[in-house]
Amino acid sequence: MSDPLPITLTINGETKQAFVQPWHTLLHVLRDVFHFTGTKRGCNQGVCGACSVLADGEVVRGCLSLAVNCAGQDIQTIEGLADGDELSPVQQAFLDTGAVQCGFCMPGMIIASTAFLAENPAPTETEIREGLSGNLCRCSGYVKVIAAVQTAAERMSS
Amino acid sequence: MNVYVGAVGARIPRLETREKVTGQARYSDDMFPQDVIHAAMITSPYPHARILSYDVSQALAVPGVRAVITGDDLELPNRGGPFVKDEHAIAKDKVRYVGEPVAALAADDLETARRAVMLIDVTYEELAAVMSPEEGLADGAPILHEDLNDYATSIDLPLKGNLLQECEISSGDVDSAWDQCDLIVEGEFETQGQYHAYMEPCSAIAEVDANGKITVWSSNQSVFRDQANLSERLGIPMSRIRAISPRVGGAFGGKIEITVQAIVALLAMKAKKPVKMTLTREQDMEMIRARHPSKVRMKTGVTKDGMLIARDTVIVMDAGAYACDSPGVVGVATWFARGPYHIPHVRSIGRGVYTNKLRFGAFRGFGGPQVAWAGEQQLDEIAEKLGIDPIQLRINNAVQADREWVAGIELKKSDLVTCLEKVRSESGWDEKRANSDRGNGGGNGAKRKRGIGIACVPHISGVLASSAIVRVLEDGTVVLSTGAVDNGQGSDTALVQICAEALGIGVEQISFTQPDTDASPYNWGTSASRVTYTTGRAIVGAADEVVTTLKKYAGEIMECAAEDLELRPGGFIGLKGVPDAVVPFAGISGYCHWVSGGPIIGAHSVQYDGDDILDPTKAIIKHFPFRFGVYTFAAQAVEVEIDEDTGRIEALEVWSAHDIGKAINPMAVEGQVEGGVVQGLGYALYEELEWDSGRLANPSFMDYKIPGTMDSPQAIHTYMIENPHEGGPFGAKGIGEPPIVGIAAAIGNAVCQATGVRLARLPMTPERVLTALSERS
Repeated sequence: MSDPLPITLTINGETKQAFVQPWHTLLHVLRDVFHFTGTKRGCNQGVCGACSVLADGEVVRGCLSLAVNCAGQDIQTIEGLADGDELSPVQQAFLDTGAVQCGFCMPGMIIASTAFLAENPAPTETEIREGLSGNLCRCSGYVKVIAAVQTAAERMSS
Repeated sequence: MNVYVGAVGARIPRLETREKVTGQARYSDDMFPQDVIHAAMITSPYPHARILSYDVSQALAVPGVRAVITGDDLELPNRGGPFVKDEHAIAKDKVRYVGEPVAALAADDLETARRAVMLIDVTYEELAAVMSPEEGLADGAPILHEDLNDYATSIDLPLKGNLLQECEISSGDVDSAWDQCDLIVEGEFETQGQYHAYMEPCSAIAEVDANGKITVWSSNQSVFRDQANLSERLGIPMSRIRAISPRVGGAFGGKIEITVQAIVALLAMKAKKPVKMTLTREQDMEMIRARHPSKVRMKTGVTKDGMLIARDTVIVMDAGAYACDSPGVVGVATWFARGPYHIPHVRSIGRGVYTNKLRFGAFRGFGGPQVAWAGEQQLDEIAEKLGIDPIQLRINNAVQADREWVAGIELKKSDLVTCLEKVRSESGWDEKRANSDRGNGGGNGAKRKRGIGIACVPHISGVLASSAIVRVLEDGTVVLSTGAVDNGQGSDTALVQICAEALGIGVEQISFTQPDTDASPYNWGTSASRVTYTTGRAIVGAADEVVTTLKKYAGEIMECAAEDLELRPGGFIGLKGVPDAVVPFAGISGYCHWVSGGPIIGAHSVQYDGDDILDPTKAIIKHFPFRFGVYTFAAQAVEVEIDEDTGRIEALEVWSAHDIGKAINPMAVEGQVEGGVVQGLGYALYEELEWDSGRLANPSFMDYKIPGTMDSPQAIHTYMIENPHEGGPFGAKGIGEPPIVGIAAAIGNAVCQATGVRLARLPMTPERVLTALSERS
């Protein structure tokens, strides 16, 4: 094993230092080093989207992002979306529409929706489907997930 | 003071949603107990082999490795299984499928564990493998379980060779009934293995205290099944095992029996430290369980006016390497092969056969989707040949109240016809059937063809035991304990709503306790669409006991007879006819805590006590696992579009009507229907576990596609036919499973309406559709 490399990250506004191996992923650092366990490991292969986080505002898969490549980035996880006790509009919309069942895919789904709505504040239903096509959910059938994104878009524009 | 507005029937989001949208919800792998170490395992590279020896010396020599387990650590009698006790904690003496755990170790960190476990050397003697039920039943077939007849079983099973189940439910006289039929259709239908694909891979943590008591936190569907499974596999009493359920990230049947709990428990016992193991997605797909592949041979006869006369069905299911729930799944398939119809002459025979694949077990629908795929397509074949509308054909034959359905069962109500009529009117069925591409003459050059299809669903809920404890705290608020695990379907919320309604208080007044075998009353498990009905009933019983006690001590306080008192909304007991004479729960509970009576507790237990019981004097019933239940019915219509150039089927819109008795939480019911429908869509169109030379060929989400947002229908319409079920909690029945059951058959029927092509094998991939289209005459 090689000597660990020091990296500095900003996670939800807080600067953190970690020592990582070259093969360590951002997901490993978030979950197993810093215990930001809101970010989920569903497939570790970049397919399910449960590990989606924002890196400098862009959605990335934590499981496909090597930690060393994330040095210096501003990472936002599901734990960083709410403002104190006040949920973000996307979180609140997912709650109100009943989109959340087992909840395991939801951190990734909410992160992806947050980034998507920042890019496209008034999406059509088809655009929402395309925007969330990289996030798998096995409970919801996506009906209430799509409704949640629509609700969030409406509330954020009013 | 809380204002009671009515909890049952309220559309409220799951009570724990806030923790789930903020990332605070703790699933098993999110827990990091102090000093926890990490497990890794090696699995069988062979579908069938004898284990000759282990060499663990190199692995044990790796710094940081704390404990190793192999089959040599297991005592011979310590086998478990819900029907056949055929399964050890990990492989012992033999391996029976690729992916079966062979040895495991625990080390200070996961990377060390994964590196060290590869140093365990196992010597095998490879054996000939059985890769299909046909191979398994052939003369001279390799035998998976040589000692099968020595295994304990929980029901009488005709175990022989690789045959683990052969059950029958028959009534009337099928062989002589064919003469009464004007039309007979016959066919063989085939279904595939389907992976549950819960988003949370299986995970468990075990810790052993100084007295040897084991605590296991895991992703599961039942802490009590965990406890029973562990007791069998470890050979220690249940009272020394404590199972706890953190949040669970989906299950769908795949986690009803244990997954990796016994492995971490054995390692924790040896290492004297807490041990955690979370499967990779690949391990989870190779190791856990899946829906049974099946072949269903079915023959159905009708009169020329479309009255069903006879049905003869033989179902053969691939059970995989261990029996798990196969005897039950085969049984339910055999039972529901008749469909929700009156058929005077029925013979249903089901077989389950051991093969060298991962164990097939419980999966939402529990044998229902396989026989619906056959039976519901066959009904459409009949409808077409007789020129009768498929919905009308089903209405004409639908299960009716007060008429014997099977083996002495006469349902007090049946809302199947209401479901069918609802779907017919809401979907624009009549117009769509009349104006479909094919109905319009077909062959009009259009390459994209639309069709609409229907399927009916029979299912049961309400089996097995549940209990509930309702406690009133000193301030009049309430703690509800049931032991029921919420896998995401929303049972915690529905059960709190039932408790709130029974006590006339708001849901926010009730705390729902985490399932914990040390602290919760027994619940068989979250499966069989049973929690709302059985646990709901237990809660109503426990709440009634609380109300009785509240009245007794309110009577002491108010100096009147308990019979003169009544429950008032908002948490009060009041004097009948005197609006102002009330005492709040807080006052009564405080009085009981400090003056008289002691803390108020209500407890109630439930086992099925209805009279819808199969009567063995009225039908041939052999080796059948369940004899009763609360019946639920559904009608599901799907409109599809097929691209005849690519063979791709798109499900456009779904209408799903369910006779649920009463919706405790309509928002959660919709969630169950929408999720079940899309899981059914995956079963119909995409999902298939495939084996190549004994090895699962597609154990990853990259190679095994489940539906995403682009694949789900434009709209899924849920219709809740509410006709309260007598005996159900506020009239409710189960809804978990039915939504998946009819979808594949409804799509098959829609495809046939659009193209004239009927597919016999699932999933309906573009390749299979194109092949069928090319063979179309």
